[in-house]
Amino acid sequence: MEEKDFYSKSAESKYAKKIRKFTRVKESAIKFFFAVNGTMALIFIILIFIFLFKEGIRALDHIGWLDFLYLDRTDASGTVQRVFQWYPTSEEPRYSLIPLIIGTLLTAIPATIISTLLGVGAGIYLSEVANPKLKEFFKPMIELFAGIPTVVLGFIMLVVGASFFNDLLNPANRLNAFVASIGLSFVIIPIIASLTEDALHSIPNELRMASYGLGATKWQTVSKVILPAAFSGVSASIILGFGRAIGETMIVLMCAGNAANMTVNIFLSVRTMTATIAAEMGEVSQGSDHYFALFFIGIVLFTITFFLNLIAEIIINKMRKKNTF
Amino acid sequence: MEVKKRKKDISGVLSLTIVRLMFFFLVFILILLLGKIFIEGIGVISPEFLLDEPRDNMTGGGIGPAIFGTVAVTLLMIIFTVPLGVFSAIYLNEYAKDTFFTRVIRTSINNLAGVPSIVFGLFGLGFFILFIGKGLDKVLQTGLLFGQPALLWASATLAVLVLPIVIVSTLEALNSVPKSHRDASYGLGATKWQTIRNVVLPQARPGILTGTILAVSRGAGETAPILFLGAAFFLPNLPIADLCIGGYCIPMINPTEQFMYLAYHIFIMATQSSNPTKTLPLQYGSTLVLIALTFLLNITAIIFRYRFRKILGRL
Repeated sequence: MEEKDFYSKSAESKYAKKIRKFTRVKESAIKFFFAVNGTMALIFIILIFIFLFKEGIRALDHIGWLDFLYLDRTDASGTVQRVFQWYPTSEEPRYSLIPLIIGTLLTAIPATIISTLLGVGAGIYLSEVANPKLKEFFKPMIELFAGIPTVVLGFIMLVVGASFFNDLLNPANRLNAFVASIGLSFVIIPIIASLTEDALHSIPNELRMASYGLGATKWQTVSKVILPAAFSGVSASIILGFGRAIGETMIVLMCAGNAANMTVNIFLSVRTMTATIAAEMGEVSQGSDHYFALFFIGIVLFTITFFLNLIAEIIINKMRKKNTF
Repeated sequence: MEVKKRKKDISGVLSLTIVRLMFFFLVFILILLLGKIFIEGIGVISPEFLLDEPRDNMTGGGIGPAIFGTVAVTLLMIIFTVPLGVFSAIYLNEYAKDTFFTRVIRTSINNLAGVPSIVFGLFGLGFFILFIGKGLDKVLQTGLLFGQPALLWASATLAVLVLPIVIVSTLEALNSVPKSHRDASYGLGATKWQTIRNVVLPQARPGILTGTILAVSRGAGETAPILFLGAAFFLPNLPIADLCIGGYCIPMINPTEQFMYLAYHIFIMATQSSNPTKTLPLQYGSTLVLIALTFLLNITAIIFRYRFRKILGRL
């Protein structure tokens, strides 16, 4: 009988009850504290969005939507000419984002193509070809190269790469979209390589065994079984790489020549959206149209990369669900 | 029965060789570039170069203030970001259930990692300097003390930038603590918080440290976000102020001043120097120092994680 009393609640002293209550309150307070901290990443994303918009949307006070695309200039003779120029400091400021967007694509797309070839190749090598010992050595190497500061890559492309390609290809401008895209590749290749390796590695070994069992060679297995099975993961890595290429600043600022040319010639100087913000934000007076226009570019940049990241994330999540039955 | 001999897959062997060659071509190029930086830069490195300040209109002297600024900024950044990142990871791994909301948080962590660094610069300017800084000035009646580009806001912005790195590696560390350890702790009557503090966190410490090191390495290498957050071309004085309590004064980092930054120093010397060819050795030297710093940090982090995983594998 005594034992029963010991376990029943009524036998609990008032003091013990108080402690229990205090512990419960304390535990939920701690949980709340962590929950607040836990939402920080989300809060920062929202804050970035709000504060870019807060400043950027004011660009539309004086600059129309269409002015961000083109400007119809009337010259002395009265003829109207449609110009696509980024020239915000002129007396008749021109705010067309078209040359900047073209500049961004002209550096990001070639960089993504080069990086896809080399990065996916490196991923295949690491996951399927290299022997385990070499793999253990090279995997951290790739991580190490992913950690090279972009300003270092920009610097080396500026002093070595640009001269090398100048002698080799004799381009119209020494600093051009091509040099910048080579520089960008150094940033993106490690990203694509390591994500491709992850995607290939997560393919169940049974598939490889089944393929070999049917008499397929190694390359047939890789190209007809493994790569198609990992297609979504590989494409997610390419999308992420493309997003990085669009958002990268220092390399294009140092190597792309920074002339806002309307061109599809990869050997001409171009100016990207990121480089424009980086180069002009320091000198612009706060509260001017130009200042708000730079924030507007920030909105465009943030929106593009946000959706690219989101798409890649969704693809990767779907892949994970599929691979873990 | 006759066994049909398998045909030799010539194009397949060729393709594999190409993949192999591509990989070693990549490694070759990277070694070439790093070797170039090393060879050109090593001659400049000396104690004077690391400690002195720039002289003769930036064409001579060393990079002492730039190194100091980098250390100061990353130090403050770590103070901001590590508690936040660790707490955030604890919530996600220990408390949160797999709901739509937590999935949104996880997505935003990945998304935060993909925001272009220059956008962080704009964010730092709009949020930290103009909103918080100007707001502080108004409330504290300090005139123009906080509402301008300064070390504090550069660190705060970089703290947001590296937050995903700290969260992700802490998450990995927490996740690798076996469930049985938690159950044992609960079995002994420990509460959730006691379990986290006494059982889970001590085991996750190496992972947290790895994340911190990676964050420092990333933060020290970033240039774009701090371009207009207080990085200076040249400053005669270090951002130091005496902090006096009672009669005792100790020199402290002054977070309201501008600063020199190693990565920014490389950029500015390479693109806006008065005599780029004359300062080229200095540029190589600075680059070598920065790359050595990030490599050292990254290698430490990699070794740490490798050991950590090995220990866990043995458990």
